[in-house]
Amino acid sequence: MKKVLHTLIFTFLLSVLFTGVALAQSNTPPTDDEVNAVAHKLYCPVCESTPLDVCPTDACKDWRELIRTMLADGKTEAQILQHFQEQYGARVLAEPPKEGFYWLIYLLPPAIILVGAFFLFRSLKEWTKPKAAASVLGGAGSESSPEKDSYLARFEEELKKQK
Amino acid sequence: MFAEFGYGILVVSFLVAIYSVVAAVYGATNKSAAMVESARRSMLLMFPLISLSAAALIYLLVTNHFEVAFVYEVTSRSMPTYLKVTAWWGGQAGSLVFWSWLLAGFASAVTIRKWERDIEFLPWVIVVCSVTLIFFLGMVVVFENPFTRFWLVAGNVEPHMFAPLNATLFTAADGNGLNPLLRHPGMVIHPPMLYLGFVSYVIPYAFAMAALITGRTDDRWIRLTRRWSLWAWLFLSFGLVLGGRWAYDVLGWGGYWGWDPVEIAAFMPWLTGTAFLHSVMIQEKRGLLKHWNMILVILTYALVIFGTFLTRSGVLSSVHAFANSPIGPFFMGFVSLSLVTSIALVIWRWPMLRGETEMKSMLSREALFLLNNLLFMSVLVICFWGVIFPLVSELFTGQKVTVGPPFYERATAPLFAALMFLMGVAPLSAWGHSTIQTLGRAIWKSAVAALVITAILFATYTQNIIALIGFFLIALVLLVTVQEFLRGARARQKGQSENFFTALSRLIGRNRRRYGGYIIHISMMLMAIGILGMESFQTSTQGSLKQGEALNISGYTVKYRELASWDDKGKGVNFTRATVDVYKNGIYLGVLNPRIDYYFDSQQNMTIPGNRSTFRDDLYVLLVDWQPVSSMGATFKIFVNPLVNWLWIGSLLFLVGIIFAAWPDRDPAEEPARAVRKASQTSAAD
Repeated sequence: MKKVLHTLIFTFLLSVLFTGVALAQSNTPPTDDEVNAVAHKLYCPVCESTPLDVCPTDACKDWRELIRTMLADGKTEAQILQHFQEQYGARVLAEPPKEGFYWLIYLLPPAIILVGAFFLFRSLKEWTKPKAAASVLGGAGSESSPEKDSYLARFEEELKKQK
Repeated sequence: MFAEFGYGILVVSFLVAIYSVVAAVYGATNKSAAMVESARRSMLLMFPLISLSAAALIYLLVTNHFEVAFVYEVTSRSMPTYLKVTAWWGGQAGSLVFWSWLLAGFASAVTIRKWERDIEFLPWVIVVCSVTLIFFLGMVVVFENPFTRFWLVAGNVEPHMFAPLNATLFTAADGNGLNPLLRHPGMVIHPPMLYLGFVSYVIPYAFAMAALITGRTDDRWIRLTRRWSLWAWLFLSFGLVLGGRWAYDVLGWGGYWGWDPVEIAAFMPWLTGTAFLHSVMIQEKRGLLKHWNMILVILTYALVIFGTFLTRSGVLSSVHAFANSPIGPFFMGFVSLSLVTSIALVIWRWPMLRGETEMKSMLSREALFLLNNLLFMSVLVICFWGVIFPLVSELFTGQKVTVGPPFYERATAPLFAALMFLMGVAPLSAWGHSTIQTLGRAIWKSAVAALVITAILFATYTQNIIALIGFFLIALVLLVTVQEFLRGARARQKGQSENFFTALSRLIGRNRRRYGGYIIHISMMLMAIGILGMESFQTSTQGSLKQGEALNISGYTVKYRELASWDDKGKGVNFTRATVDVYKNGIYLGVLNPRIDYYFDSQQNMTIPGNRSTFRDDLYVLLVDWQPVSSMGATFKIFVNPLVNWLWIGSLLFLVGIIFAAWPDRDPAEEPARAVRKASQTSAAD
């Protein structure tokens, strides 16, 4: 019984809260900054590579007004983005949605990079092998050679060459 | 008359290019010095020939010959003469002629040099340059002819080179005019810079191919083309920076880089070119990575061709555009053919390209350079895949998608951070061998100092973790690099008994490539400060203001004072200019004048920001819209771009660094460094 009471109070509070939000939305029209925050995540199909918030064309102005109206109607950012995607296709989004075929854009580059890194490190290991063997043979002396190879010594060597 | 003359010369150039290839191949394979010489002379003939054709085109552009389609498209009567000249590269057809002209010039410069012991390279260098020229000139002669004229055929205006039957020449009263966005001084210089960079890369590629074909696969080709690569890199970098500045000044979106496919097209050869600059040093110093350097120069060449077409033709904007464009298949065919041929040559010579020494340590400088190459290639993979993915998606799903800045920023940011870390570590590692201990000992002081700087920034400037990581890396690289200058100078001071400043200047003067490189690293870090500032702290606001009203943003107050609008008939432009008063924390700073220029001929707007620039931030005000009666109000978009000025300061220093590194030596007879290394049996830290 207590649980039911809690749920009722919680639901009541939530509804009051949301009515408040809705009222606030209908009272104050969305600011340009609120419109631009959504528009920044959209691209119109015509103005390639220009985000909607900074695109100066009339078509894009109309889209921004549509966003303003939708915000005023209480639509969330996600709903507005969804609306534009349904109307004009995935290309209105700043990047492809993470679904189906579009996963390729996100997965292929890391896969190629990992393969590249694998080959690089394998080659490096292969190339450095003889040295490893030599250092075992050479013992402590060859291990410490880079320590001795101080900056100054190397530099002087270089200066000699310049003369 | 000039149109026929210009076109005729282009056709002749095209034929001469074909002849020079045939003569060079015949001369090389039959060991006929006379034929090679004939090929060389025909190569030398190309530059004056294409210059004549270009002169004809410029004449037509400057003298308002609107019967020529290209002139009609890119100029108008109201344009000043200098813009009419630069309109030469303002459209696809003209820019292809410009490309060919530059290549002919560079190829001539190369063929004029004394060849002596490198004479066996000559015919093959001619072949590569001429084949590239054949491709570009072929494109101009067959598909993209800038001399095509308008003809009135049965009441319709049609573009043809020569008069169709019963046709009369049609001359428009005025031209379309150059896209106003391209009239900005930055955009006047930006394309030639990019093209200079693009075309310069053909030369190292030509020598690389010559090395493969002749079997002289030592590092001679690299030494011969080292300066070409550096100058190519200089021009490409300069072109990219100018493009960024242009975008910041006239595109009116508050930024300098939008990850647009066209920008990426120029950035990709820069990435492989930068990787190449680093990896050739490994071949020169250690005789390693010969295969890889070949692959890098081939990739750079392919990306240069790819970039040229991505930029101007629009053939890669959609599958449809590609399929419908006559140059699409031609261009793809050429890129594929050159890639396949080049890679086949590398495979053929694979055994000859084996390394001369062994890689000794995973922390040696060559190993770190390889890691640097991996990172550059990774950025390239992301860029390339991002650019072509919309096409791939359209091809397989029928849906075009946008791959915008969020994708590139997220994907490349960790790679750039890793590159910065390498920039901090690599200068401290030695060729041949380094250990954690030697590196740790060299870097710890700088690392501690960088941490202290980061802590101060945390306390006084920002708590943004990503920005702090960025600032730590920037501080680390700056400190390590400055320390390299100081340590070098001190070592020299001791060794040569010179005073500190003489030691420093002689040190830098005698190791220009190395210290030029370090100057470039420092400049990169200054640029990184600007980029980090923009990416992490940029704020913006927008609002419609009545006269006397103000917008507030990041401590600034921007108050709308008035708006004026007037026509400049001479320039063919309507200017609408707002005046706003700027205050910072209540203190009056002055006025800004954001404006919108409307060009009558092309019916396009240009949004010019009012910008107040300081080392701390830029206040960047855009006039977005205004009411017919100005007192009713105007809409402004305002950006505060923190630290962005460091990007431009860094860019200038960057150019200084490259010019310093690329400037010809007093003594051109360079002794191969590897021979010196072998003789001295030391692993010098260059």
